[in-house]
Amino acid sequence: MIWRVDVFAKNKKSDLSLTAQVRDLGVYGDFKIFSHKVFFLDSELKKSDIESLAKQLLIDPVLETYSINQGIFSEKPEDNQIIVAYNPGVSDPVAISLMKAISDVSVDVRDVMVSVSYEFQGLEPDQISYIAPKILYNPLIQYPLKYSKLSSVKNLSEFSGNDYEFSLVNVDILNADDEQLKEISRTGCLSLSLEEMRIIKKYFTEKKRNPTDCELEQIAVLWSEHCAHKTFRGLIDYQECNDKGEVTSQETIPSLLKTTIMKATKEIASSGCVSVFDDNSGIVKFDDTNNICCKVETHNHPSSLEPYGGAATGIGGVIRDILGTGCGARPFASLDVFCFSPWDIEYKDLPVGLLHPKRIIRGVVSGVGDYGNRMGIPTVSGAVCFDKRFLGNPLVFCGTLGLIKKERSFKHPKTGNLIVLAGAKTGRDGVHGATFSSQELDETTVSLTSAVQIGNPIEEKKLTSAILRAAEENLFNAITDCGAGGLSSAVPELGQGLGIDVELDKVPLKYKRLNYTEIWISESQERMVFFTETANIARLTEIFQEEDVPMTVIGSVTDTNRIVLNYNGNRVADIDMDFVFELPRIKKEAVWVNRAKIKADIPEKKSYNDDLISLMAQENIAPKDWIVRQYDHEVQGGSVIKAITGIENISLSDSSVNRPDLKSQKGVALGVGINPFYSDIDPYWMAALSIDEALRNVVAVGADLTKTYILDNFSWGSPDDSHVLGGLVRAAKACYDYATYFKTPFISGKDSFYNEYTVGDKRIIIPGTLLVTSLSVIDDCSKTVTGYFKKEQSLVYLVGLTKPELGASEYFRMLKIKEGFVPEVDKTIALNIFNAVTKSIGRNLVLSCHDLSEGGLAVALAEMSCGSGLGACVFLDEVAKQGSMKDYELLFSESPTRFIVEVEKKNKDAFESLFEALPFGLIGCVSGFPQLVITGTDSKEIVNVSIDGLRKSWMKTFQEFR
Amino acid sequence: MKPKVLILRTAGTNCDKETAHAFELAGADVSVEHIHHLKKHKQLSKFNILCLPGGFSYGDDLGAGKIFSLEFLLWLKSELENFIDNGGLILGICNGFQVLVKTGILPDLNFSQTVTLTDNDSHRFEDRWVYLKTPGPDPTIPANKIWLKDLDSVITLPIAHAEGKFFADDSIVKIIEKNKQVALRYVNGQGVRGGYPFNPNGSINDIAGITDISGRVFGLMPHPERFIDRHHFPFWQNQTVTAWGFIIIENSVKFFEKGG
Repeated sequence: MIWRVDVFAKNKKSDLSLTAQVRDLGVYGDFKIFSHKVFFLDSELKKSDIESLAKQLLIDPVLETYSINQGIFSEKPEDNQIIVAYNPGVSDPVAISLMKAISDVSVDVRDVMVSVSYEFQGLEPDQISYIAPKILYNPLIQYPLKYSKLSSVKNLSEFSGNDYEFSLVNVDILNADDEQLKEISRTGCLSLSLEEMRIIKKYFTEKKRNPTDCELEQIAVLWSEHCAHKTFRGLIDYQECNDKGEVTSQETIPSLLKTTIMKATKEIASSGCVSVFDDNSGIVKFDDTNNICCKVETHNHPSSLEPYGGAATGIGGVIRDILGTGCGARPFASLDVFCFSPWDIEYKDLPVGLLHPKRIIRGVVSGVGDYGNRMGIPTVSGAVCFDKRFLGNPLVFCGTLGLIKKERSFKHPKTGNLIVLAGAKTGRDGVHGATFSSQELDETTVSLTSAVQIGNPIEEKKLTSAILRAAEENLFNAITDCGAGGLSSAVPELGQGLGIDVELDKVPLKYKRLNYTEIWISESQERMVFFTETANIARLTEIFQEEDVPMTVIGSVTDTNRIVLNYNGNRVADIDMDFVFELPRIKKEAVWVNRAKIKADIPEKKSYNDDLISLMAQENIAPKDWIVRQYDHEVQGGSVIKAITGIENISLSDSSVNRPDLKSQKGVALGVGINPFYSDIDPYWMAALSIDEALRNVVAVGADLTKTYILDNFSWGSPDDSHVLGGLVRAAKACYDYATYFKTPFISGKDSFYNEYTVGDKRIIIPGTLLVTSLSVIDDCSKTVTGYFKKEQSLVYLVGLTKPELGASEYFRMLKIKEGFVPEVDKTIALNIFNAVTKSIGRNLVLSCHDLSEGGLAVALAEMSCGSGLGACVFLDEVAKQGSMKDYELLFSESPTRFIVEVEKKNKDAFESLFEALPFGLIGCVSGFPQLVITGTDSKEIVNVSIDGLRKSWMKTFQEFR
Repeated sequence: MKPKVLILRTAGTNCDKETAHAFELAGADVSVEHIHHLKKHKQLSKFNILCLPGGFSYGDDLGAGKIFSLEFLLWLKSELENFIDNGGLILGICNGFQVLVKTGILPDLNFSQTVTLTDNDSHRFEDRWVYLKTPGPDPTIPANKIWLKDLDSVITLPIAHAEGKFFADDSIVKIIEKNKQVALRYVNGQGVRGGYPFNPNGSINDIAGITDISGRVFGLMPHPERFIDRHHFPFWQNQTVTAWGFIIIENSVKFFEKGG
């Protein structure tokens, strides 16, 4: 029987945050929304037993009270009430925790369901049904409980239906023509092209049999863009044209990855690289006993459909990448970077099927926070970019750093090993995630409901504890995580070159209706696979039991070089590894047409006070402390430079510094570079500038380029569009050129394609976006500096060369000017500037240092003032510049490789001697007045604003999210 | 005597390592154990200090610290009573404080919950540095007997929680105030009541931490283990630093070094 326990607050209050969200929808008037928790317990216990359970587990006796009834509904609910529950088969973390607590008190409850009841006052039923799916639940994972359907339900198992009954499905491709092959790929959600389907047909024709559905899925997963990186590894016919459309160069690129990014790493041959582009993350040297590893992932497509769950599982997934590196690394810091649409769009203008940016922003931010916080991994770095084109395709990048013992940095899979699946039980979550992310989104995408995963951070936290204990005792010899494709990518990849034999019926299920193929491809979260010797099982079981983590032997490693899958004694798949890992080489066309360089000329102004104040309020400049604060950025106790610094900790640091080993002063600086806007002019310079920015950010705290490594994350539109792909080629070429020159190797990377959306006949493609993550080993954390002014009277230097480069700059975009030169990175000057800044910080000559990025010099100065409350007097005449420049160019140009450095007077000579032969200027000093004063080239004051005024403008933009 | 410290963890505990590090640095002999281990091996009596560290035990899925509290009482209640009777100290930090109030160990060792820590007024997780007022020099105040010895009248520590709002019925709050059990209060930089964000969660009477009447059991939302090194302080580059968190932890270790 079903017992229903409603838990009420003693002091019933309208939910103000829900009310605000409803008003955002354009629903006004005097209304109230109340919510309370409802628990359903499937049990034959007496009411009095349920009552004591409620008192013990379900309420906070100081604040809450309860009522107990029988059935899902004891009576027909009022039409102003909605009860929201998770769809059957979707994991609910609270229900899992409740079952654990119930088992602790040893009472007999078969199952539980947890839901929230909402009650509206002052709204009509049609308003409620308009609001509910937009705010109260996401139909992809949740649904409202309907009285008409559920009033007679007697137990919770009725929700999930009958168990699965085995029946082997073969797919007839031997007799399929091209049209039918395409149809098989389409209806099966396989995302395989006709060319690929033909190759599969040929393989099975030789085998003289049809494939099973499971075999087709297996191939689709391993050949998916997500797992196989077909674009980066495939052939590309590339053409470059001038602005008149004439072809200026032509080449066939055998593999974009191998000829640009990996080539850079190979040529640099850094002695610091331990394992790159090989494992789940890149590994570099740290100290005598440990290495560090880093991986950055994208989780764009899931986050566009279910922002909270998509972002949460994004961070959850990349943490498992670290855990699954070598033979187990300990995650110690995370970063997140988001690209959103501005949120001023009206609901009525929102294309069908898209979520409002506000909901995406709130969902993504809290999804990353809730997961990262519960994992106890500090989120220490990040960035946020805003552009309208991210409306249908928000970008969510999640990265994690790990510490790994030197001797555990490699995997050693062996024939005869047992294959162990550890962690959460397998459900329907995320079936088809890998193939789904390899296609464009459109209005029908929402029907692919199960492609969304739900995270349960506590499962992952327990799993992490158990895995790290097992790693410490060397109880396994290879490990990987279940990410995209679930077991179907994890197990074959780990057993590649050997062979695997798996019993699918051994996999513990949380949803009994899964068939054998779904078991194999499910992307249920919080699972890891490892290989071990039989002798280790007893000790492993002991550890996993103490940590309360399921662990099951599901098969063994063979020497057949085949993927063999069985379900209750039935062979459901048997394919050659050589075939599935040999990717079809598909050729794509790429074209890049250079844009004519157009100079922008705008009239000069007498005062730039208003422009500067407006710039401070731009979404890309206004402080993101409200996001950082929702993340536990101090857990693990290693923070040296936090993500936010300065007065009231509002200013974003250029990069964070953390100590992974609390007994040592050695640390890791973590920075990012991202600026998709430059792609509108030339993705080559976009990529060069992103690398420059990522390096500026670590150098600004004192990092040394010789101990700096970078990661690439490309998020792009459809690579099947030759112009989109042409931009990608440009960007990848810049990655090679600049990484090689700076000798900062790429150690890991990831790409995400098809970030575009079609509304009617309008195609919206995101700007080509490259996130560059930089990490740097810092030998002595006590020498690092932050980016806000420290001391009155100290000297203010601008190092680096300023040029009239405002194309796609924050200033020009604010003024809606499309012309202008995109900033270009001068390699030689850049490298020398980086090295000189590093030296000056290392020699303790620097009080503060901040790089110039969005908004140029004026914004950088304003940020340093806002962070400290100290003003500055600055003279543009002293800026090292190219030719004659106008004041607005000097103020707002985004020329790269520039820093503002604050130096005490006594260190003037020592500091300047490091910059001999380099462009720099002593541009002013920190003043005793809270006023930023900038004198233009003709000796007139062009900026004179109070720090308070700047701060107010800076702080107001995200007011509604604070 | 070098005290033995037990850092007790469970699923979702996440500050155990740095808390252990802090106690080690202060000179203690530290063990970190899972509650399942303690349930099986029953060895609480071996220890002098029991510390419940921060984290999200069981995801705080049924309310902060709720399931950990349940297990704590189900499996360890009598051992715990002996531990307290034998002069052991208990420190609950953040999630640990939530466990201490939900088990009813705080405020009065009654094992029946009378106060709570609930959702921040902002309804979200916040990590920020706060100013805290200590009870002043009076040595008879329970917190001054051990944990808060030698602290300035205003100190700083970071908080990081979603459910830190201290709440209880007026009658209970009156008793706690009358007994001078309030150890730490949120204040502004001048040491006076400041409202949000100085009181980051809306705690009644700005309460950030309390002790039992003896001063042996201390629960607080701020994280002392996150301020044991000068580099933890956000302004270490340009301000003088006293690592207040370290002093609090060291005080408990010194208490035993001086004979308990």
